[in-house]
Amino acid sequence: MIEVKNLTKYYNNFCAVDGINLEIKKGEILGLLGPNGAGKTTTLRMLTGFFKPTAGDVMVKGISISDNTLGVKELMGYLPESAPLYHNMLVYDYLCYVAKIRGITGDKIDLRLKALSELCGLSNIMHQSINELSKGLKQRVGLAHAMMNDPEILILDEPTSGLDPNQIAEIREIIKRIGKEKTIIFSTHILSEAEATCDRIVIINKGKIVADDSTQKLKNRAASGDSLFLSLYNLNGDNSFADEVLKVLKNVGSNIEIVKKEPLEKGLVSFEIHTNSHDSKYSGDSGSFIKDLRREIYLKIKETDWIIAEFKRESKTLESIFHELTKGN
Amino acid sequence: MKQIINIAAKEFKDYFISPIAYIVISIFLVVTGWFFFSTFFLFDTADMRNFFSMLPIIFSFVIPAVTMRLFSEEMNIGSYEILLTMPVSFTDIAVGKFLAATLFSACMLLPTLSYPIFISFIGEVDPGPVIGGYIGSILLSGAFCAVGIFASSLTRNQIVAFIIGSAICFTLTILDQLLFFVPSSITEIMAFLGANAHFQSISKGIIDSRDILYFLSVIFIGLFGTYIVMQERN
Repeated sequence: MIEVKNLTKYYNNFCAVDGINLEIKKGEILGLLGPNGAGKTTTLRMLTGFFKPTAGDVMVKGISISDNTLGVKELMGYLPESAPLYHNMLVYDYLCYVAKIRGITGDKIDLRLKALSELCGLSNIMHQSINELSKGLKQRVGLAHAMMNDPEILILDEPTSGLDPNQIAEIREIIKRIGKEKTIIFSTHILSEAEATCDRIVIINKGKIVADDSTQKLKNRAASGDSLFLSLYNLNGDNSFADEVLKVLKNVGSNIEIVKKEPLEKGLVSFEIHTNSHDSKYSGDSGSFIKDLRREIYLKIKETDWIIAEFKRESKTLESIFHELTKGN
Repeated sequence: MKQIINIAAKEFKDYFISPIAYIVISIFLVVTGWFFFSTFFLFDTADMRNFFSMLPIIFSFVIPAVTMRLFSEEMNIGSYEILLTMPVSFTDIAVGKFLAATLFSACMLLPTLSYPIFISFIGEVDPGPVIGGYIGSILLSGAFCAVGIFASSLTRNQIVAFIIGSAICFTLTILDQLLFFVPSSITEIMAFLGANAHFQSISKGIIDSRDILYFLSVIFIGLFGTYIVMQERN
């Protein structure tokens, strides 16, 4: 559907997007993640033809965007960041104008507006001026604008930024609903959002793609870095037995890394046990490995007279992967 | 072509949504009316020559005020991005906005049509110069609109757009009065570049193809400049 080849953008000497290659299939919901200033918006702007790339090209259904910008624009619906709409127009007038520009004529305009107002929940605000709308409502009008001609590709730049949790849920719901038939690309810096809505996640940092995988695989990858947290105390109430514990734990498995932690209370000894994520043997299916480990550790400790104060699994989320990949920004 | 009409219609309607249109029209009518009629009875002639002779100066401040928001506002609030990601070309945008502004200027002139009607009550009015004058006014406002749109495309600040626009329009207006300062070899070219002489010649009722060509060229250059600025910007 969309093919991005070596897309590069320079602002004077600053390289905002640095040779991005992507292929997006039909019907995919793709989340573009990255810290602020990573080049998300610039990438989307080039995809929509608003910016000309310094180098590289975007092919949409075989049409090159630099050769036939208008043709590509007709296939796309785009919602820019924070929906900068004409603020002095009425919602109805604005959507009529967009419908006309999108080539919808006559009676079809009203039909289309009706369908959209239902989909985006606009029926109560059709006759309000856009500058009276709250940010969430504006965003919905922007979404209606983007979907006006029922485009095959929908590009949304931070569609949920600045909205309250209810509105975020609503917008996500809409994205999921329309994502069943359409190709959607959206940028966000909220990780849980990408996790909840996207089929595929692309993380960019400093203009480069640092991760590009299906959401499930990325999640698995994150899970492979799971760790266990263990706190113990003994009957005497001192922590002189720490070295003993370390010895016991080391015998549990070979591919683990044990870090002694600062105890939370006096008399406690705390450890963090990492699976060695560089070891390919465990990176695939870490869940059961951790499960085995927990069993082993428990059985070992049962043999002693130590008392378990805390024993829990700490799962690494997408967030930690994000941190790792975008470090030093 | 359809997109040009869509954009022009939207921009034209936009003028009347905001209070700017009514303010600009009122100011224009008050200024022209006062300047024209305060001396009208002293001259004791039933014509509109005085009205048309001051029009270029007044237009060079009023028209940039009309056009200043066309691009600057869009860039300032960010709707420029929305506009450019819809299936419209740069030409559609520039010409659409130009047509809306010119049409608005024509609306601004519309109430002044009452002047020749009033004058005809007190004396014989020669229709030639009046008709010529209005044709010239439309051409002049078109040329200044193109210049104003170009100025607006340069900056996201409306006030800066207004100042640049009026500076260019005012220069075009007074150019033929500055011939004294330039070397004699280029006086002829300078004289041709000034807008005032062309306008005054049409408003005498003489419709000369050179004058029409002059205004059309200014319109073309202004819009082409806008096109280039838009292209450079992305």
